This record gives sequence, structure tokens and C-alpha cells, in this order.
Amino acid sequence: MLRFIKYTFLISILTLGGCSEKPLNSPYGSNDKSSKVFYSSFQERPKHLDPARSYSSNEYAFIAQIYEPLYQYHYLKKPYELIPLTAREMPELHYFDKDFKNTKDKNKAVYTKYILKIKKGILYQNHPAFFKINEDYIYHEISEIDLENINTLKDFKDDETRELTSDDYIYQIKRLADYKNHSPISGVMQDYILGFGEYKNKLQNLQFSNSKEKINFVRSYNIKGVRKIDKYTFSIILKKQYPQFIYWLAMPFFSPMPWEADLFYSQQGLQKKNITLNWFPVGTGPFKLTENNPNLRMILEYNKNFRGEIYPSLEDKIINKKLVSFNNSKEVPFLDKAIYSLEKEQIPRWNKFLQGYYDNSGIASDNYDQAVSLNNSGDISLNKELEDKGIHLTTATSASTYYIGFNMLDTVIGGHSERSRFLRQAISIAIDYDEYISIFTNGRGIVAQSPLPPGIFGYQDGKNNFNKTIFELQSGKIIKKNIDQAKKLLTKAGYDNGIDSQTGKPLILYFEATGAGADTYAFLNWLRKQFKKINIQLVTRVTDYNRFQEKMISGTGQIFQWGWNADYPDPENFLFLLYSKNGKVKYGGENASNYESQEFDELFLKMKNMRNSSQRGKIIKNILEIIQKDSPWIWGFHPKSFSLSHKWVENVESNLMANNTLKYKRINDEIRYKSINLWNKANFTLLYILFFIISIFIFSVILMIRKKDKEKVYD
Amino acid sequence: MIKYILKRLIYAIPILIGVNLLTFTLFFVVNSPEEVARLHLGNKRVTQEQIISWNEERGYNNPLFYNTDEKGLNAFKETIFYEKSFKLFLFEFGLSDSGRDIKYDIKQRMWPSLAIALPSLLVGLFINITFALFFVYFRSTKVDYIGVIFCVALMSISSLFYIIGGQYLISKLMHLVPISGYAHGYEAIKFLVLPVIISVLYGIGSGTRWYRSLFLEEIEKDYVKTAKSKGLSESAVLFNHVFKNALIPILTGIVVILPLLFLGSLIVESFFGIPGLGSYTIDAIQSQDFAIVRAMVFLGTILYISGLILTDISYTLVDPRVRLK
Repeated sequence: MLRFIKYTFLISILTLGGCSEKPLNSPYGSNDKSSKVFYSSFQERPKHLDPARSYSSNEYAFIAQIYEPLYQYHYLKKPYELIPLTAREMPELHYFDKDFKNTKDKNKAVYTKYILKIKKGILYQNHPAFFKINEDYIYHEISEIDLENINTLKDFKDDETRELTSDDYIYQIKRLADYKNHSPISGVMQDYILGFGEYKNKLQNLQFSNSKEKINFVRSYNIKGVRKIDKYTFSIILKKQYPQFIYWLAMPFFSPMPWEADLFYSQQGLQKKNITLNWFPVGTGPFKLTENNPNLRMILEYNKNFRGEIYPSLEDKIINKKLVSFNNSKEVPFLDKAIYSLEKEQIPRWNKFLQGYYDNSGIASDNYDQAVSLNNSGDISLNKELEDKGIHLTTATSASTYYIGFNMLDTVIGGHSERSRFLRQAISIAIDYDEYISIFTNGRGIVAQSPLPPGIFGYQDGKNNFNKTIFELQSGKIIKKNIDQAKKLLTKAGYDNGIDSQTGKPLILYFEATGAGADTYAFLNWLRKQFKKINIQLVTRVTDYNRFQEKMISGTGQIFQWGWNADYPDPENFLFLLYSKNGKVKYGGENASNYESQEFDELFLKMKNMRNSSQRGKIIKNILEIIQKDSPWIWGFHPKSFSLSHKWVENVESNLMANNTLKYKRINDEIRYKSINLWNKANFTLLYILFFIISIFIFSVILMIRKKDKEKVYD
Repeated sequence: MIKYILKRLIYAIPILIGVNLLTFTLFFVVNSPEEVARLHLGNKRVTQEQIISWNEERGYNNPLFYNTDEKGLNAFKETIFYEKSFKLFLFEFGLSDSGRDIKYDIKQRMWPSLAIALPSLLVGLFINITFALFFVYFRSTKVDYIGVIFCVALMSISSLFYIIGGQYLISKLMHLVPISGYAHGYEAIKFLVLPVIISVLYGIGSGTRWYRSLFLEEIEKDYVKTAKSKGLSESAVLFNHVFKNALIPILTGIVVILPLLFLGSLIVESFFGIPGLGSYTIDAIQSQDFAIVRAMVFLGTILYISGLILTDISYTLVDPRVRLK
């Protein structure tokens, strides 16, 4: 009988589940048979896969594997180092003075010209947009009838490839300027690329009768500062010095875009079927997106046209602008396929990782205790269950910062008076971010000394360099100033014991918060407690994100929490958050505190155009001293990211700047196959018990009914 | 009958306009188009210029209800409300604020929702009616009391408990079905087993009690006494008379929810990773995608109204005394 139950269940599930050798609880279908597959999940569907528009990590996770900008971050090297990707070499820089005459004196230089050379023979993935018969693109004008049987890109019978040329990079730069693409960096590029703004305005004022006309115009227009030199070389002229520009060239914004693809996807019939550039990328990278169902799963498959790339080595060096690789034995990518499944809820995501069905996972707060523990020496280690499974933990401090900002336009907390500065300093001392990290992030973070996180030039580690406004050296140790010192500062500010000496009333401050979850309220309670230490009453104003944004834009908020993730690993990308010309209220920029300091601005502008050197280090040190004294922010913390991967995943390195890392990952399928089968053996015992109970129940019911029926008849 | 249906369809038009107006007002009272644009464009490096062009592209640059720059009928027509609402009546849902075709997405997502909802309904119906008949058969006995307590207990437990408990027991401990996921075609079945079991289990408490009360109401009627006085057994009375007559409210109750089955279940779909319509609206509300919200509310209203019309029609089919005028 028991065998009957077992086999009935087995037969039904196996028949329905595709008769695979996989365990019964495998979430993958019978088609997923390749051994070199990487399985992972995503929590939220990416909003955009168009490189002109994508700007978040969950979008980069996909497009960075498909599109290839000119440069990339070396996978293994720290501090982060740029190396050529599709470029033949690092850019050649020429400087020009205000009259556009060549100069070698950087102090006189106004314009900078980047000469960019790309490798020959790089091919795009096969795509119907490239398919031609007798020089005619067959799929650029698809009829309604032909569209009837087309629902995805796979439904196109023919496809083709073509070679990557400098025109494709130039075309993408023009796309960044097109207001219809809503590129978040068009404003920044307008400030730097010569002629970019002019072109942008021209495009905005033109009307086109159809997409073809528009694309032809875009192709034929020459932006003053962006010129094709030959098929594989082009140049970009910047109207200001901006050494950080090269980092932008390593971001997906500067990926090549074939005009054929743009024209192909602009067809209305395809848009109605959600076949758009925003959903089906066309790139030269190691992978191509073969399935895009963001409500279920997204699949990247090996692009057979990929030219191949050597796995990096720490010995790699840039010599004469060219990358010299010392490890040429392994060619990437190592994977045939990567399957990303949508997993909105954390519980199933975590359980599927433990079952081996996802190769990697983060650690959510709910699972933290189950996954990680602190040993006696304070080091983090994995718990036994995970260790027994051979799971690896990789930790890294993110190039990001979370802070509490003071609105410098506020009459109480803002401004440059001594009174307000002492008040901000007192609050900065009172707030214990060590405690915050311990309570709210399970210890996953480090207390910030300044806006600069670890790995960024000028970072203060809190040991050799520290924030002297908040910390002090006592008996050779750097410790936070005690609460009495905060109270003294408060008294100096005219708020002795939290009472305003001018009005005689208690000091009340306001904190603008978003979100209404349990975590938000716990955080707000904690924050009130921190302010209470120096007898300041904190009123928290919880609102939705839109209202919060409104307050920040109009400058009516007083204290708020905010964060910033680095675009690139340069101090400029953090310090610009305090540059006066980026003030949120006046200029709509990213300086949410609306901090203004002439001294800071001068040093910032000087530092901005310098390469990392001891001189730049000194300037950064001065800048940090100024802002630490002014305290427009409570410096907050830099989060640490913890990620777990199974023993069969190889080449896992923590590189938080590089997004195109899938190509380096390798899977040992034999270990995976054995482990998953061992961990997921079907257990039928409970099924037998359940079947037994149900049988007894049905049997009893039949008996009871018969008995009662008889009773009734006799009654 | 046709006249009645036509009349109901005409009545539906002001209801649809009203619902649409209400949704529109609620959405744009809470968020201005500028705020919606800001949310869609992201947090970093968004300029006012981008916000304006995003709104222009989606027609959010017009006034909400009345355009003072226009005259006559155009003052009403050149507004966001008119532009966004009128096409709904032609089932032109247009593009979502993130640029996807809504009609296409709805067509894709309604089938997985139905794949869970339909078996859950049918299996649940069978089990709930069986239990209800069983309790009614033993009414006013200990079996009935225990049954009712059991139902109340089942009703009192949160649906999340069933989901997490089911995933833990069946998928994590017994390793019999996947914890979550979905596949198209017949392979979908292994992913549907657990959500269907859980949906059925969750509905047993309330369903059984509801059907029990229908049967109890019926069993007190005179024809039952007549049947019993003729010497029919309790089970014969229950199955041949009470059950058949109680089918009228059961059937009409089912017909009203049939069209809504396409709309799916938020929690079940979210936890089991089913790409259905259940989470579509909630995701849209969270991402402030008004285009999807209004399309889904409109669709929900239409389905609900059609459910009510179908119920009226089904009355005439199961009860010859009812005539629609």
C-alpha cells in the first residue's frame, strides 16, 4: 500500500514535471539541462535595460553582461583599476588652451581631447535587426501580417551579426542627449562634452515624421566634441578638465548602440508586443538575453560571437597604455547560461538557496542569526549548517555612505553661525552609530569619519586618520567624545540642558522620515533616544517618499537621512555632494544639505581635476577638516555587503565597482549535482502518515453514516 | 432577457465612469504628476528638464480635470482625466508608465492566475461541500460541534501561516514539490500543487461554514419534512433533495466570482513566484504606475459587473420561477 502511494505520487509528479533526473522539488524544468549554468534570483524586476537609461544595480546585473563599454574594472585588483574592455588601449589625452591650441601645460588647458581606439573584429550578438538581403534590412519595416506570429525575438527566423565600429559609440552618446531616452546623465554630460547641449536642444526642437527620419538625422549630425576618426577610432572633447570622465566611459551609459537595433525596435508593432530596446538588449558582451520574462525569469546565454577574453591576474599591468596580461591559460566566460528567477519573498529565496537551487544569496536580517555568528575574537563566521554545506561567505565594504543630513538653510540647525555649528557638532557626538550598526544592520557596517568610504582615495580609517570633531585620542586609542562634551557644546550653542537661552523654551528639532514599516519606527525610537541624551526633543515626521522629496526640493525639511552609492571610485564622486553649486534647493543638485562654503568649494574645484597624489591627498584632508568642523552631516556609516555562495561556485571575488563579473564565475557541476541530490531526497514518511489519517477518517465517516442511517430507519 | 442584459450593460457605464473618476482622484490627490515622474526617473541626477519631458511624453502635462486654456468641450477634452479615461472604454489600455504594453501584459499574466484560481475553486468547492454535508448530516451532535470549532480554528489562522508552513513541510522537509517558481505548459503542474493545496486548506474553514449554513437553512423547510415522513433515509434526503435545492445559492455564489478568478491572489502569487495578475496591481501602486492601476481597476470593475450579470442569468437557469425583465 505504502509503495502504491509512493509510486503514484512519484509517477504523477515525474510525468508532470518532465521525467527529469532532478529531485522532485527542483524548480527548474526539463529544458535546463546544460551543466555550466549559474542559478540566481532577483527580487524586483529591472525597470530598464536600455544602457542610456539604466542606473541601478539590479539593472546593471543584466546589462553589464551584454553591453560592453570601452573600459572595465580589473576584477581582482584593489584599489580599483580601469583596464580596456573593447578599447585597444587606455585613452590618449590631448590638452588645448582656450583658443584651442595644443598645450602640454595642464594649468593652461581648457579642453581635453580623448582619443579612443576600439579593438577590431568585435561582433555583436546575432540579431534580426542586422539581417539583410541585398543590402535591404528585412526586419526594419515589418508588416502587420508578419507580426501576427511574433511574440518574442526568438520568433524571427533570420538574424545576423555585424562588426562593432566607432559609429556605434558615437550613436550612443547621441542617444544620451535625446530627451526621449530620459538618460539620467544627460545633464552631467551637457556640462562636459563639447556641443552636447547644443545637439540636445536642437533635437528637442525638431519634429520628425517617423523614426527612420529621426535616426537618419541623428546619424548624420556631428556633435562638435564627438568625432569619428576612422572605423575603429573616435574622439571626445571635454570643455572642462574632468579626469573622472574615464570612469563614465566604463559605465553602461557609454556602451555601443547599433543604429539598426534602434530603428528595429522603434516599430510600433513590436512595441505593442513589448519587444523594445528597453527589454531586449543588443550587445557585444559574453552573454545575450534569450528570455526576458521579468515576471518569472530572465535568462542570459553565451553569445557565440563573443571574441573571448583572458581571465585576469593580479600580475596584469598597463604598459604604454596597453593591458599586458600575465595569465593566458583561461578564457572567459566559463558559463553557458545564467538563469535568474524572480523571487519577491525572502523566505522562499533563502530556502531555495539552502536547497542548492540558487548558487548565491545575500543575507537578509531575518536569516542573519541562522547564517552568521560572531566568535570570541569578534570575527564573523558561518554557522555550522552552512559550513557543513560548504557555503562560502564573501564580505566587502560598499563604496557607499548613509548619513543624517542637516538642512543648512534651516534657521535653527543650518547656517554658518557658531551657535548652529556647535549644535550640529553636539548632535553628531550624541548619535552612536556603533549602536545603530549593531541594532539595525547586524553589525554589517563601519562608522563613517567623513563621506569617503573605504577604497576611495582620502578615506579616513578611524585609526590613523579620524574625525577630530567627533572622536579623540585617549591613551593611544581613538574613542568617541563623551556625552558631557556634547552637552558642553550644546551649552556653548546657547541650548544649555536643551533649553533655548533666547526664548527659554525647550529645543525641538524635526526629523523627516519615509516608510512606515516596523523597522522605520524602531529606528525613529532609537533616534529620539539619541537626541534625548543631550535633552533635545526630536519630533519625527513620517511621510511618504513623494512628500519627503517635496520637502527636500523646497528646503522645508530640517533633519533627514540619505545615502549615496558611488558611480566611480573617486573622492570627487562623494565630495561633490557638498559642493555649493550642487545645492538641492538652488540648483536641483545632489547636495541635499544645501551646504555652502567658499573655502570648501575652492579646494573641491582644485582637487576635482587632480590625479591621485600626495598633493591631492593633502587637499582632501583639508576639505575633510572643513566639513567635519562644519558638520553639515552626521557622517553615519558605510554598509558592508555579505554574500554567500555554494562550494561549487568558483572565482567569487568581491568587487563592488565591476558589474560585468558573470563572465568570471565558474561552476563545478559534478559537486552541485551530488550535493543537490543529497540535500533534496524526497521524504515520503509524512505522506504515508497523512494518507493513513485520511483513510481512517474516510472509513470512520462511512461507518458513522451507515450506522446513523440504520438508526434513522429503525427510529 | 436580452433587454434586461442591455439595460444592465447601460447601467454599467456610469458605474465605470464613477469608479474611474474615483481612482483617478485618489491617485492624483496623493501624487502630483511631477512626483510620479520623479519616482519613475529614479533618485540620482534627475533634472527638472527630465521631469517635464517625461510628463509631456505621457500626457501628464495637461490639467487634471479642466483646461482653462481651452474653450468649449476642449476644456474638458484636453485634460489628463479625459485623455487617460476615454480610451479605456475601447479597451485601449495603452503603455504603462514604464513603457510596456498593458494589454499584452494582462494577457500574459491572467493565465497563471487562472491556473491557480480555477483548480483551487473546484477542489475547494468539492471539499467544502463534502465537509458541510457531513456536518449537516450530524447536525447538533458532537461531530458537528467539533467540526464547527475546527472550521473556526482554520479561519482564525493567517494565510501566511499556511503558506510558510506548507512550504516548510512539503517543500523543505519532505522535498516533494518546489518551494516556488513557475513553468509554462504541463510542467506548471508541479509548481501549482502546493499553492492549490494551501489555497484549498485556507478556504476550508469559511467555505464549509458557509455551505453548512445554506444546507441547514434548506433542511428546515417543509419539503424535507415531507420527504422524511415518506420514509426516505437521512442521506437520501440530504443528497437528493437538500443538496439539489441548496445548489441555487451555491451556483450563483460561484458564478459571481468566476470572472474575478483571472485577477489572481496577491499573497499566494507573491510567495510562490507565480507570474499572475495578483501582484500586478500592487506592484503598480508601489511603483506609482497610474496607467496600470487605472487599467486594472477598470478591468476589475468590468469583471465584477459581468459576474453580477452572469449571476442573474444563472438564477433563471437554475430556478424557473425567476424571470429577468
